[in-house]
Amino acid sequence: MKQRDRILAVMVVLVALAAVTPFTGSYLILLITQALILGILAMSLDILLGFTGLPSLGQAAYLGMGAYLTAILAAHYDFGLGWSFWVVVVLGILIGAVTAAFFGLFAIRATGVYFLMITLALGMCVWGLAYRWNSMTGGDNGINLPARPEFGIQLADGVTYFYVVLGFFVVSLVMLYVLVRSPFGRSLVGIRERELRMRILGYNTWLHKYIAFIIAGGFGGLAGVLWAHLSGNVSPQVVILATSVDALLMVVLGGPGTLVGGAIGAGVVVFLRDYLSTVVPWWQYVLGGVYVLTILYLPGGLMGIPERIRHRRALSGNPEETKKRESAS
Amino acid sequence: MLHRLKGRLDWKLAAVGLALGMGVSQTSGAAEELRIGFIAPLTGGFAQVGKDMTNGFQLYLDEVGGNFAGAKVKFIVEDDEAKPPVGVRKAEKLALQDKVQMLVGGLLASTGYALAPVSTRLKVLYIASTPAADDLTQRDSAKYPYLMRTGWSSSQPSHPFGEWACEQGYKRIVTIAADFAFGYEVVGGFQKAFEGCGGKIIQKIWPPLGTQDFGPFIPTLKKDADAIFTLMAGPMSLQFPKQLANAGIKKPVIGGGTSYDEFTLPSMGDEVIGHVSTLHYSAALDTPKNAAFVKKYREKYGKVPSYYSEGNYTTAQMIHEVLKKTNGKWPGTQKFIEMLSKMKFDSVRGPVHFDDMRNPVQNIYIKKVEKKKMFGYEKDELWNTVTKTYPNVSQFWKYGKTEFLKQPVYSREYPPCKFCE
Repeated sequence: MKQRDRILAVMVVLVALAAVTPFTGSYLILLITQALILGILAMSLDILLGFTGLPSLGQAAYLGMGAYLTAILAAHYDFGLGWSFWVVVVLGILIGAVTAAFFGLFAIRATGVYFLMITLALGMCVWGLAYRWNSMTGGDNGINLPARPEFGIQLADGVTYFYVVLGFFVVSLVMLYVLVRSPFGRSLVGIRERELRMRILGYNTWLHKYIAFIIAGGFGGLAGVLWAHLSGNVSPQVVILATSVDALLMVVLGGPGTLVGGAIGAGVVVFLRDYLSTVVPWWQYVLGGVYVLTILYLPGGLMGIPERIRHRRALSGNPEETKKRESAS
Repeated sequence: MLHRLKGRLDWKLAAVGLALGMGVSQTSGAAEELRIGFIAPLTGGFAQVGKDMTNGFQLYLDEVGGNFAGAKVKFIVEDDEAKPPVGVRKAEKLALQDKVQMLVGGLLASTGYALAPVSTRLKVLYIASTPAADDLTQRDSAKYPYLMRTGWSSSQPSHPFGEWACEQGYKRIVTIAADFAFGYEVVGGFQKAFEGCGGKIIQKIWPPLGTQDFGPFIPTLKKDADAIFTLMAGPMSLQFPKQLANAGIKKPVIGGGTSYDEFTLPSMGDEVIGHVSTLHYSAALDTPKNAAFVKKYREKYGKVPSYYSEGNYTTAQMIHEVLKKTNGKWPGTQKFIEMLSKMKFDSVRGPVHFDDMRNPVQNIYIKKVEKKKMFGYEKDELWNTVTKTYPNVSQFWKYGKTEFLKQPVYSREYPPCKFCE
C-alpha cells in the first residue's frame, strides 16, 4: 500500500470511529476513550522505541506527572474546571516535557538494556514521589478530581468527552506523523539504524535523542491530563511499572515504528483487559497468548501483517507481486 | 488498485463495526429485578480476601434463595485486581452497561476513595462494605452523597482501644505499622485516644508495605516501652509476630484487628497467643447468631469467616431488610439511603445503626488470641476471644462530631509524636 492509501485508510477508520462510537453502549464509549488516551501514550513511546530505537520503561512517569498535575490543580486549587482546562492541557504537556528533559540528562547517555534500566529507575522515582508525598498527592489513597471541566460544553458527558479526546488524538497523530516524516524524524531513524555512522556524518546524535525524549514526554503528559479526567481519580497505581510495561507492549503489539500501531495495540489491550475481563474469567490467558504469539510470529506487530502476507505471496512465486516489490524498493 | 483498497476498507469497517457492536448493552429487565454490582479483587495478591468478601455476600443470597422480599437479585461480580483504576473501570461497566442499582464492595481504602466519586458522577448508590478510609464518611462525606458505609472507619476501633490500653496500666507504647494511609489512620486513632488518657507514644516506626524482613526494625524498638502496637497488612502480619518472637521480645503485643483477623489467623503459629487486637467483629463472638453464621459459612466454604465475610453478609442482610419495607420495589437511590440510615439492625456482629454521616455505630470488641475449642469443633484452634465489648461506638468516639472534624485526617504527621525520643 502506498503512503497516500495508508493515510486514507487511517482517516476512514477515524471518521468511522467518530461516527459509530456515539451509538454504542455508554461503557463502550468509555473504553474507546480510554483506548485513545492510551493510544496517545503508546504513540509517544513509539517515537522512542520505534523510530529512535530507545526502549523506555518509564513512559508512565510522564502520564503520571500530567495526571497528578491535573488532579492537584483541580482538587487543591479548583483550577482547570472551566476554560482553564486548556491551560492545564498546556501545563500538562509542559510538565511531561520538563520531566523528560530532566530525566533525559541521565537516560540518554545509555543505550539498549541500560537505557531500559535507567528509565525504569526514573519512573519508579515518580512513583515514590506520588506514594510518599502525602500532603500533595494523598499517598496511597490518591486524589479525587471534583468533576470534569465545563466550558460551554460539558465534558462530564461521555460522548462529549470522547470527541474531545478524539480531537486530541487526531492532533497528536498528525503532529507526530509530521515529526517522523521531517528531516529530524529521518535522522532519528538513522540513529536507530546506525548511530555511529550518523555521528560520523556530523549529526549531534545526543541532542537528537534528547529532543525526541522530551517530545515523547510532552505527549505522555498530555495523555496524563486526559487520563485524570477520564478516571476522576489519580493514585500511585497509575504510575507503577505495569503502566509503562503496558505502553511498551501496546507498541510492540501494534508494530513499532508505525505510530498508528501503538494506537491499535492500545485498542486491543484495552478491549482484552477491560471488556473481555467482564465476560470471561480467563481473559488473562488470552492477553498473554496474544503477546506471546505476536512476539513469536509477528515481529512487526499487527501492522506488520499486510507486509508479511505480501512477502508470503512474493515467496510463493507470484511474478507480478515480485516485480512490484522490486520496483517499489 | 482503488477497487482493491475499497475491498480492504470494507473489511476493516466491518471489523470495527463488529468490535463496537459486540458491546452494545441490553438495557432494562423485569421491574422486580434488583441488580447488585459487586467489586472485589479476584486475581492478584488480594484474591483470597476478595473471595472471602464475595462468599459472605453469596452465603446470604443463597440463604434467601436470591430473593429479596420479592425482588430477584442479580448478583454481578467484577474483579478489580485491588487496583483503584481497574476498580473505577469496573464500577463504570456495572453502572453503565449492567445498569445496576447499587455498587457494593471494594477492598482497599484506596479503592474506596476511587469508587466514591464514580458514585457521585454516575448517581449510583455505592455501599462501601469493606473500605475503611476515614474521610469517606468524615471530611469528604458531603462530596459523596450516594455513598453508604456498612463496614467501619479505620480509626473507629482504635479510639476505645487507646482507652483500654490506659486501663491495662500501659504508660509508654511504641508503634510499628505498615506505611500506608490505612496504617496512619489506625495508629493515629490509637495515639489520640491513648495520649488523651495519659499514655505516651514514644516511638513510631513505619516499615514499607510488603516488608518481609523486619530485621532492621525490630532491634530499634525501644526497650523501655510497656507494649508494642502493631498494624500489618497481608503477608506482613504473618512475618512480624514470628520474627518478633524469634528476637526474644516478650513485651505485650497489641494491634489493629486486621493483623489478627480470622483471614490470617489459621496460618499463624502459637507465637501470637496472647496478642490483643480490636475490631467490630470476631468469629469467636459468643452469640447464637454468630455461632450459626460461623457453622454455616465453614460448612460451605471450609474456613472460618473473616470480618470481610461477615461485613458483606451483613451488607446483604441490610439491603434485604430495606427491600422488605418496600415489598421488593427499588425505592430509588436517595430514598434507599434515607431508609437505610434510619434503620436499626440486629446483625451477626451485633446491633448496628448509622450516624448522620452514613457510617455505622456498632460494638467494638477487644479480642485476645487464644488456643481453644469453639462452637463444638474438635480441634484446638486459634480464636479471637472477646474480652471486652464497647457498645455503640461511633466513628467520633467521645470527641463529638464537630470537634473531631476540626482536626486533620490522621496521617504520618498527625497526630504529631510529642513524646518521641
